[in-house]
This record gives sequence, structure tokens and C-alpha cells, in this order.
Amino acid sequence: MEWDWDFAWSILPQLLAGFRVTLIATALGAVVAAVLGLVFAILRRSRNRAVARTTGFVVEFIRGTPLLVQLYFIFYVLPDLGIRLPTLTAGVIGMGLHYATYTAEVYRGGIEAVAKGQWEAAKATNLTARQTWIHVILPQAVPPMIPAMANYLLAMFKETPLLSAITVLELMNQARSVANSSYRYVEPMTMVGVMFLIVSVISVIGLRWLERHYGRVGK
Amino acid sequence: MGDWSGYLTLILQGAWVTIKLTLMGSALALVVAFVAGLGRISRRAALRWLSTAYIEFFRGTSIFVQLFWIYFVLPMTGLWAPTPMQAGVLALGLNVGAYGAEVVRGAILAVPRDQYEACIAVNLTRFQRMRHVILPQALPLMLPTFGNNAIELLKATSVVSLISLADMTFQAQVVRSQTGNTLLPFVTILVLYFAMSSVLSLAIRSYERRVTRGLDGVR
Repeated sequence: MEWDWDFAWSILPQLLAGFRVTLIATALGAVVAAVLGLVFAILRRSRNRAVARTTGFVVEFIRGTPLLVQLYFIFYVLPDLGIRLPTLTAGVIGMGLHYATYTAEVYRGGIEAVAKGQWEAAKATNLTARQTWIHVILPQAVPPMIPAMANYLLAMFKETPLLSAITVLELMNQARSVANSSYRYVEPMTMVGVMFLIVSVISVIGLRWLERHYGRVGK
Repeated sequence: MGDWSGYLTLILQGAWVTIKLTLMGSALALVVAFVAGLGRISRRAALRWLSTAYIEFFRGTSIFVQLFWIYFVLPMTGLWAPTPMQAGVLALGLNVGAYGAEVVRGAILAVPRDQYEACIAVNLTRFQRMRHVILPQALPLMLPTFGNNAIELLKATSVVSLISLADMTFQAQVVRSQTGNTLLPFVTILVLYFAMSSVLSLAIRSYERRVTRGLDGVR
């Protein structure tokens, strides 16, 4: 089968519409992952052993099972339990939850990298736990985390095609619907690949810069 | 939900497919990782370029896109029409192999320089140097990340259900559509996936202990 440039041009607008949804899903998923990851990381450090253990197990469980199945779970099971979500919301929650277990590790690494003396100094100056976190620990812990976080952001972006399995009309789904209605797979599938590749290559260059700028923290 | 044991058998058949995919995919990924990883540090520029292109390409797009490309686009080019199983193993192996290649490269470069110099001093050939001196020291460094990669591969196998290969996720969907019950099939496979990834991480940890035995004083 020959590559048809005219056909490729004609489907570009539809693919770009899907690409927009892909970007929105990535951005929202990243916010969920960043916030929830911090919650996981803090709960895992809790002095209450039961809380720390339970959180640890939940994180391990989510990380040990496929994102696709988790998306199905949210998409099919929750409505039966009376929770109806729009598909994009379901997808964003699923991706955010999955990647939160990864970002939680980044937070943990970053927090543990803050010198012990900082905690003691905060206690010595009588800061509350809240003040210690917000004014002492996090400002020092966050910059070294940035490259690792950006890495997972990119990983999440690449995983967005999974959302097509729960009918979100993102890039991959648009490509599949083009392919199914025209019986031409070569152009849409290749264009999806190229689009992802372009974003990834640019992001990798950005990532290298971030790494030089902020240094690395253990994964 | 009367015939639950029959549906469980179906899911267990899917589990076997998932295990086969994981084993074959990991085997391919391991071979590819060493070939591309060694290629990246080769003396020949052409080999270095080829390996880099392969690694960037497969890390820049997701397994989902690669799988669809192999399964739907490759046959259209008239080269080869893979079965779903072949397409699955190929996509999984090539994708995870690209990540593994960077691990191999990193571990080999982490072996101290004086080891290379010592090899030259005792007149080892390049092959002997790699086989008997560098790799035995680099291997323990690779193992933890390889373990993580194997778990990522296991999780990624769920994507093959989308090209209608009857793995565990696919069978859970079959059970869901036949019974209308959503909770039971998905919880079952989530637990099974978690059990598999736990076994993998335990196995890699015990193997790690074996390979690092006797290296305690060195590092």
C-alpha cells in the first residue's frame, strides 16, 4: 500500500483535534498525579503505622497492576456502584492515580534527601509541622525532583493512547476511527507515531536541560 | 453468576497467555537490550547511530502505538503479517528492550576505568575483556532496573487485548460482556496481575542477592 499525501493532509485536522484532547488529558492527569503523589508520600511517612502500611500497600498494588485494567475498573465498575463519570474525567483520574504512585516515590526521594539537621532546626525554632513542611522542607526538596517529575510527565503523555480503550476521543482514537472508516491504516497510524515522536524528542531535549539545571534525584 | 468456575477457567487461560507473553517478551527484550546497549558504545559510528535511532524511536512512542503499527500497518506494506501473539511479543520486546539498552549502557560505563586499563595491561582481547571482566561487574548494577522493566513489561501485556489476543484483560472483558458483572472479573485480574508482579519482584531480588554475593567488600 502506497503512502498517500493527499489523504494524510485531509485527515490532519481530525488528528490534531485528537491531539488537543491528548494534551488536555496529560495536563489534567499531571495535576492529579502531582497532588495525589504528595498525599501518598506524606501518608506513607505517617507516624501511625497502620496508615503508613495501608498507604504502602495501596501504592504497591496500583503500581503492580496495568493502567489499562485500572481504567476499565473506573470505566465499568464505578457506574455499577452509582458513580457516573464523564469518560475524560474517568481517564484523567485513572492516569493521575496510576502515576501518583510513581511521583510518590519521587517525593519520597526528594524529601529524604533533605538533611536531617533541617528538621532539627525547624523543631528548635518551634515551627509547627505545617510550617516545617511549607517553609523548610518542600522548598529544598522540590527543585531536585523536577527532572524526575518531567520524566514521568513525558511517560504519562505517551500512555494517553490507552484512554482510547475507554472511548476518550484522543489522538489514537481519532486515528483508529479514521482507519476504520477509510480502511487505510498506514497514514493515520504512522502520523500518530510521528506526532508522539516529535513531542518526545523535543521533550527529551528539554529534559536534558532540566537535569543540568536542577540535578538529579533517585528514581 | 451461576457458572463462576467456568468463567474463572477462562480468566486463568488468559493468565497463561499473559505469562507466556511476559516470558517471551522479556527474553526478546533482554537480547535486544544487550545488542542495542553494546551497539551504543561500539567503536563503529554506524552501529552507534543505528542503536541510538532504535532506542530513541521506541522510547519516544508508546507500546500501544508500536503494537498497532506492527499489527495493522506492517501487513499493509506486504512484508510480513504477524499473528497477534507475534505482534505482541515483538512490540513488547522491542519497546522494553529500548529501555533496557540504556540500562546496559549505563551499567557498563559505570565500571571503573582502571578495570579497562588492567585488561589492556594483561593483554585481554576486547571480547575477553567484556565477557570476563566488565559484564560480570556491570550485571549486578543492571538487575534492579531490569526487574522494574520486567514488571513494566508484564503490565504492558494488557495492551495486547486491544488487538484481540486472548490475554487476561481480554478474558475479563469477555466475562464482563457475557455476565454483565463488572466487579468480579476486574478485581480478579487485578489481584492476579498484582500476584504476578510480586512474584517477579521477589524473583529478581533473590537473583540479585546471588549475583552480588562476594561483592560486598568491593562496593
